[in-house]
Amino acid sequence: MEDKIVIRNLSKVFGKNPKMALEALKNGKSKDEILNEQKQTIGVHDVNFTVKKSEIFVLMGLSGSGKSTLQRLINRLHTPSTGEIVIDGIDITKLNPHELRVFRRKHFCGMVFQNFAILPHRTVLENVEFGLELQGVEKDIREQKSLEVIKSVGLDGNEDSYPSQLSGGMQQRVGLARGLAVDADILLMDEAFSALDPLIRRQMQDELLELQEKMQKTIVFVTHDLDEAFRLGNRIAIMKDGRIVQIGSAEEIISKPADDYVKAFVENMNRSAILTAGAIMLPPEETALSGDGPRTIMRKIRKKGLAGILMTDTKKRVKGYIKADRLAAYIKENQSKENIPFDENLVEEAASVNEDTPLTDVINSYTEHEYGPVAVVDSDNRLKGVIVRGAVIAALSEDHIETAE
Amino acid sequence: MLPYRIPLNDWITAAVNFLEEKLGVVFDLFSVIIYFLVDNLKDGMLFFHPLILIVLIAGITFYLAGWKNALVAFLGLILTENIGLWEAFIETLALVLTAEILIIAAGFPIGIWAARSDRVNSVIRPILDFMQTMPAFVYLIPAVMFFGLGLVPGVVATFVFAMPPLIRLTSLGIRQVPKELIEAADAFGATDMQKLIKVQVPVAKATILAGVNQSIMLGLSMVVIAAMIGAGGLGEDVLRGIQRLNVGQGFEAGLVVVILAIILDRITSSFDSKKA
Ligand SMILES: Nc1ncnc2c1ncn2[C@@H]1O[C@H](COP(=O)(O)OP(=O)(O)OP(=O)(O)O)[C@@H](O)[C@H]1O
Ligand SMILES: [Mg+2]
Repeated sequence: MEDKIVIRNLSKVFGKNPKMALEALKNGKSKDEILNEQKQTIGVHDVNFTVKKSEIFVLMGLSGSGKSTLQRLINRLHTPSTGEIVIDGIDITKLNPHELRVFRRKHFCGMVFQNFAILPHRTVLENVEFGLELQGVEKDIREQKSLEVIKSVGLDGNEDSYPSQLSGGMQQRVGLARGLAVDADILLMDEAFSALDPLIRRQMQDELLELQEKMQKTIVFVTHDLDEAFRLGNRIAIMKDGRIVQIGSAEEIISKPADDYVKAFVENMNRSAILTAGAIMLPPEETALSGDGPRTIMRKIRKKGLAGILMTDTKKRVKGYIKADRLAAYIKENQSKENIPFDENLVEEAASVNEDTPLTDVINSYTEHEYGPVAVVDSDNRLKGVIVRGAVIAALSEDHIETAE
Repeated sequence: MLPYRIPLNDWITAAVNFLEEKLGVVFDLFSVIIYFLVDNLKDGMLFFHPLILIVLIAGITFYLAGWKNALVAFLGLILTENIGLWEAFIETLALVLTAEILIIAAGFPIGIWAARSDRVNSVIRPILDFMQTMPAFVYLIPAVMFFGLGLVPGVVATFVFAMPPLIRLTSLGIRQVPKELIEAADAFGATDMQKLIKVQVPVAKATILAGVNQSIMLGLSMVVIAAMIGAGGLGEDVLRGIQRLNVGQGFEAGLVVVILAIILDRITSSFDSKKA
């Protein structure tokens, strides 16, 4: 996909002599040492990444790790000390104040803040119109556009309310609508849902994902909550002391945390909602094929020492599961025959899930069927892998996670 | 003690003469503006029959500050007219309004300037502190030196004396606008002017209006004192009452000052709560 925002060697020092601080960093001084010795704060240090068009890119990290600073560098609310910020091919660090204003109007849907930052003296409609108003869009056009957006965030009927009359969740919808109303494609959200109570927060996350499906904005979302990061982010950058320590999808970060810092984060979260069947499945073992005789199937089972075996057709489509004990009994019954015919009644329903089924649902699926492994299949019911029972528990326990070197 | 008297008097006279010579045009302009405002306001208000104006003021008070305050205003103004202080009342009101118009015209921009620049703020702050610790009388002296006696130095002294709270509260109000609101506007590409008009001033409105209210109340107290240099109005009646040891007369005029103070205070302190 197309690169939207390209960040190269970006650093931000809060202080009088950024060069000196960056030099000290090069010589191995820590952020704290520089603060003590030079009274300068490292906001962001030597960051490189690319945000792709239409993705939700999450900046994640503890308080003070530089998330907000990095985000404010992207629209140059902070001026970088060194480095490049290239948006749609233009290095915005080189723009003069006037050019920068024009650029922001054209490319940025403003920002959405933790404490909403909507104007108390304006109604919902007037707040949503704000960005368009600054651009000098005519009254009736901006009103029409704003009413559409108000509807899409579920605020219709509240156009004429004042912020003080709205709940936190509704106020944040106003903040979101204000951003979405302008005709630009980069939306910056700083802890946008952190002030909301958990249920509303969850709801807002879902709605954001739904809206994003339609609007396809490029979103940079700051949060200190890993659950939220994993729910929303196509990719997540984890920050520590102004640096990015790891960038990747939720699964990459969970299964291969880059260091102990990331590992500590990951351990604190409910992984079952994030890990999917695809992440923990094993390659499919040998299966019974339609056309195999009972004795052949029994041999395949014995070879592995299993309690049963999955059955597929020649195109690898899953037919079901055959239990070893029932098969053995059947063979014993028909011992006398030279060629025992296969009895379709031996085939039981197999537990099956898709690759992107979350582990929580995998657990449900295998508790429904008290036997056999869970088959992971594609949309055509073809076998892609299996999940053996112990694997789910192992994946959910911390020990499973190894630090990548 | 010393063998000769320090000629402070001569020095100051020389300095004042020098300034008058160099800045004479500015002082003249000031006089013209003040006369223009005071005369027009006064004539405008005296043009109406007192009863019409009384009902009008009571009506405004009712709309902005409720019926209780309106009733106080109505009865107070009826009394004022009845005891023959109507014209003095109007004159004082015209003086206060003139001073306030000038205060807003100068103080509001200065307040905004001080809000936007830390350096300006650090220069202005101690000056404002100094101005507010000086007794009101002190302001009469330079005013008289440059403008002589009469209405103009009265308004000038009032202007200088009552301006600090407006500057201070305008600056404070704008500085208190949450950082995120400014960032939000910046992120949309707002110009400085757009930020000022659409975000900072409206959000700081309550604080700025508190500054207007405070400066009007200070202005009223100064206008009364300014009668000592011949500014006219209710202060003159108070002064005459005191000079002639006529307690009744002084008290009547004082009471009307209080009535005016109540009306002005109720009206200006309600501006904010009224509109959304
Ligand atoms: N305007 C500023 N002036 C000086 N230092 C600043 C400024 N803004 C941020 N900092 C410092 O930069 C560092 C990074 O701050 P930042 O606000 O980006 O962290 P954050 O990850 O967003 O934290 P939080 O989760 O608390 O919002 C901190 O040490 C902070 O004190
Ligand atoms: Mg932050």
